[in-house]
Amino acid sequence: MKNPLDSLWGTVITGLVLTAVLYYLARAMMGA
Amino acid sequence: MWDFIHYGIGRWLHILFGVMWIGMLYYFNFVQVDALKKAAADTPPTGAGITKHVAPRALFFFRWAAILTWVMGAFILGDKMADALLFRDRAYIPIGIGAWLGTIMLFNVWVLIWPNQKKILGFVSATDEEKNKARRVAFLASRTNTMLSLPMLFFMVASGGIFRRAFFGA
Repeated sequence: MKNPLDSLWGTVITGLVLTAVLYYLARAMMGA
Repeated sequence: MWDFIHYGIGRWLHILFGVMWIGMLYYFNFVQVDALKKAAADTPPTGAGITKHVAPRALFFFRWAAILTWVMGAFILGDKMADALLFRDRAYIPIGIGAWLGTIMLFNVWVLIWPNQKKILGFVSATDEEKNKARRVAFLASRTNTMLSLPMLFFMVASGGIFRRAFFGA
């Protein structure tokens, strides 16, 4: 499997996905 | 007066240095990497000027802005730093996540990117094999920081007052 970080847009998309995951994790931790 | 310095001037400098740091990071990832690849494919190669004059100067501002951004972030958090990093206070969870991401990024700058860039740019001696390995490590660390910058910036802007309430309702 190709490393998404080898592509600039793969890096950006991975960052967006990570943002969404961490956002929902933070909401859960805050009980929001 | 202390609040003015601590939260006013402190936050302003944190953002100022942060723009310099992340601006340079985006320059490397969105501009220089692809430009150097294309320059290397020219006949004869045309990237020498970037490697000799642009990259070292950009790296200088990049790595010192990274340190100053982190220091000013720690200054703003002050005695709440442990609460944020250990997620002990509910209100500090968003900034705690942002602070962790920024800290990992600072580690990548000084432990993975800069020592390997010194080999790539010839500031320290290295064999061709060591330079090739250094290129890959520095590249992946830089790309990792670009990826982490998205959630890091999200949690920085979503961490206080009306912004935290808008994103987290708390």
